[in-house]
Amino acid sequence: MTTLVTSILSTLNRPWLKWGALVALALALLIAPFAVYPLFLMNVFCLALFASALNLVLGYAGLLSLGHAAFFGGAAYVTAHAAKAWGLPFELSVLLGVVFAAVLGLIFGLIGIRRYGIYFAMITLALAQMIYFLAVQMPFTNGEDGIQSVPRGMLLGLIDLSDIRAMYFVVLALVVVGLMAIWRFVHSPFGHVLAAIRENEPRAVSLGLDVARYKLIAFVLSAGLSGLAGSLKVLSFQLAALNNVSWHLSGEVVLMTLIGGLGTFAGPIIGSAFVVALEHVLTTSGLPVSLVIGVIFMACVMLFRRGIWGETRARITAMLERRQ
Amino acid sequence: MTERRLTVANLHSWYGESHILHGAEFHVNRGEVVTLLGRNGAGKTTTMRALMGVLRKRTGTATLDGHDLLATAPHRIARLGLGYVPEERGIFSSLTVAENLVLPPIVRSGGMNVAQIHDLFPNLKGRDRIIGTRLSGGEQQMLAIARILRTGADFILLDEPTEGLAPVIVEDIARALGTLKSLGLTIILVEQNIRFAVANADRHYVMEQGRIVNEFTNEALKADMSRIDAYLGV
Amino acid sequence: MPDIFGVPVVVLLGQIMLGLINGSFYAVLSLGLAVIFGMLNVINFAHGAFYMFGAFVTWLCLSYLGLNYWASLIVVPVVVGAFGVLVERLALRHLYRIDHLYSLLFTFGLALAMEGLFRYVFGSAGKPYPVPEALTGIFNLGFMILPIYRAWVIVASVTVCLLVWLVIEKTRLGAWLRAATENPSLVTAFGINVPLLLTLTYGFCVGLAGFAGVLAAPIYQVSPGMGSNLIIVVFAVVVIGGLGSIGGSILTGLALGVIEGLTKTFYPSGSTMVIFVVMVLVLIVRPAGLFGRET
Repeated sequence: MTTLVTSILSTLNRPWLKWGALVALALALLIAPFAVYPLFLMNVFCLALFASALNLVLGYAGLLSLGHAAFFGGAAYVTAHAAKAWGLPFELSVLLGVVFAAVLGLIFGLIGIRRYGIYFAMITLALAQMIYFLAVQMPFTNGEDGIQSVPRGMLLGLIDLSDIRAMYFVVLALVVVGLMAIWRFVHSPFGHVLAAIRENEPRAVSLGLDVARYKLIAFVLSAGLSGLAGSLKVLSFQLAALNNVSWHLSGEVVLMTLIGGLGTFAGPIIGSAFVVALEHVLTTSGLPVSLVIGVIFMACVMLFRRGIWGETRARITAMLERRQ
Repeated sequence: MTERRLTVANLHSWYGESHILHGAEFHVNRGEVVTLLGRNGAGKTTTMRALMGVLRKRTGTATLDGHDLLATAPHRIARLGLGYVPEERGIFSSLTVAENLVLPPIVRSGGMNVAQIHDLFPNLKGRDRIIGTRLSGGEQQMLAIARILRTGADFILLDEPTEGLAPVIVEDIARALGTLKSLGLTIILVEQNIRFAVANADRHYVMEQGRIVNEFTNEALKADMSRIDAYLGV
Repeated sequence: MPDIFGVPVVVLLGQIMLGLINGSFYAVLSLGLAVIFGMLNVINFAHGAFYMFGAFVTWLCLSYLGLNYWASLIVVPVVVGAFGVLVERLALRHLYRIDHLYSLLFTFGLALAMEGLFRYVFGSAGKPYPVPEALTGIFNLGFMILPIYRAWVIVASVTVCLLVWLVIEKTRLGAWLRAATENPSLVTAFGINVPLLLTLTYGFCVGLAGFAGVLAAPIYQVSPGMGSNLIIVVFAVVVIGGLGSIGGSILTGLALGVIEGLTKTFYPSGSTMVIFVVMVLVLIVRPAGLFGRET
């Protein structure tokens, strides 16, 4: 049995297998909307991008933000308003949402980035709550009702996105672009500096690095990508509502990242799929979602800090090492 | 008749991953003042911290009056009569002088009262309401010793009490040490100042790389101070 | 009656009074957060949930056990505190050695779970709790009318805050706590059981949150969401005050309550946000907070 496992594992190192897996995944994603409810998948994609964006600051830069819902939900409202009230085309509405989130990220970052660890967490949480109250009070958001039946528009004026499958592929493509941007960023020299800062900040400071600036840039990028996720979600569901800006969502996205594996590329994607699927099961079963989520959160912190993907990867590596 | 109080055998200790003590072996008899000498990093302070339970990662044996120190919870070690005057004195900056003085709980009867302490260290008199760390280095050292004397501890671990102090103050500390000895207290002294060590101790252990490598009686060392030079690299 | 910027003085004083009540809750909760943070290095996100828990236990005591308000004032903090002791023993203490973020995340999960549980069992709607007989009625101060219960809340919470401050700053136990914050291993070497001290501190502060919950029950509706709404504001209060000082967190809590009350008078729609705005301003001018030390 173990020899079988190890022989399978050893093939994982071969490049053709990696490519093969990617091709298989791509095919699966192409067929999926015809087999599974597309909105469910689009939700997973958006949250996967959101969690990956959070992971950029939490996992790679070691900054715990408890206010990321402000970027996700803020962009959602801006995009919804642009598309519905101003009648802007799809591309422009999404772009406005992303820019809004990035600017908001810049503001949050400028206010909070110099404070360490837990202070940063509290500051982002409080700032995000401010955005939440704004969303409750400002007239254009319609308070509790939210912005409903947001039109998706036409892609480049050619493709009608009210067709759910067309929208599916657009969301998929944009999420993949967002994830690739994160991948490139993490593996760039800039990403390496970020990792060095997380490992040993005093050392990075003594090397003359402008630590705050590096963190700020990562934070703004993360906010912008969270905004992209929020804009795509609001156009998929055609509804902008308060739960997109609430602290619960900020917490949930941290959980997704944690449960998948902090500081790994695949972790947040796996984590978000897991949490969305779990919530789906829970809402249909009538069990209290936040109770179960909270318990998983605690269990994860106590027993499972490397997350699903982090744990799996560590085991595979250990097994391969033992074999050699 | 000498009575053995502390017996340490094959003591190992670790700071995180780094292995500092490599089987230290020594003993201390009742009423003795024994020093641990050696270069920086030889493991003197680590030995004290391992005995007090400040360092938890250790193996070997250390018995005080028949009690196994390694098996005793760290907060119960003081109750065995062991008083600790740490390196850098450990005066608390959020406490006044008076609060620092009465911080350690009384562990057995026979400790000094505040009046006796003020007789021994007149510098501390009338300074009760000052923040502990506002005292001069020498006064902080006196306070660190004084607060242990109040507890009734009769076995004291003194870690570099003269470090960075002016010669006049060192004399004060030496005088206090003499008083303690005359009261019959047992003392382990970590010291860099060889002259101070020779003037105040009965026996000396030399540490190197986490082990005890030599032992001198005070007479032997007094007779020929050069014997220690090789170890300290003076 | 004269007006101030077009607002009658009576209305203004009334709002300041309301503000002081909110401020009392901010003070009790931020005091607990500051002490827990000082001793345990834990940001206790579940503090609001414990407050909610306290209010619910108060309501349950009356509805099912027939235990009145005064009994609850004693029983509830003990029950909530005991639960806190369990949380510290079973979970938090295993997280002290790793990054502080994990204990924050743990208490975050705990808050979610507690809120979810109460929502599941009791529903989201608020439960009314009667003002105790002895505290019904009003004081007519001539220039304003003050319900007795509200005056009691302010007096009770300010008294409790001052007592806690006195214990920490002026007693031997307080000296142990302060010393253990500074150098726990040396305090242990002096013969004090620091882990036990940490457990009791957490239990006590959580009990304090439960106490605030009892005080809140007759004023606000007892509902599962009451804690999380409050705790985020209290976090902002803590950031404004800085975590360094016990007295500072009490003062900041009260002052921000009053500022919030004033905002409600002059610019009602800004009242939910004013504390966050103050937080931003303070962070720009004094990043460590008003009473904080730069870390």
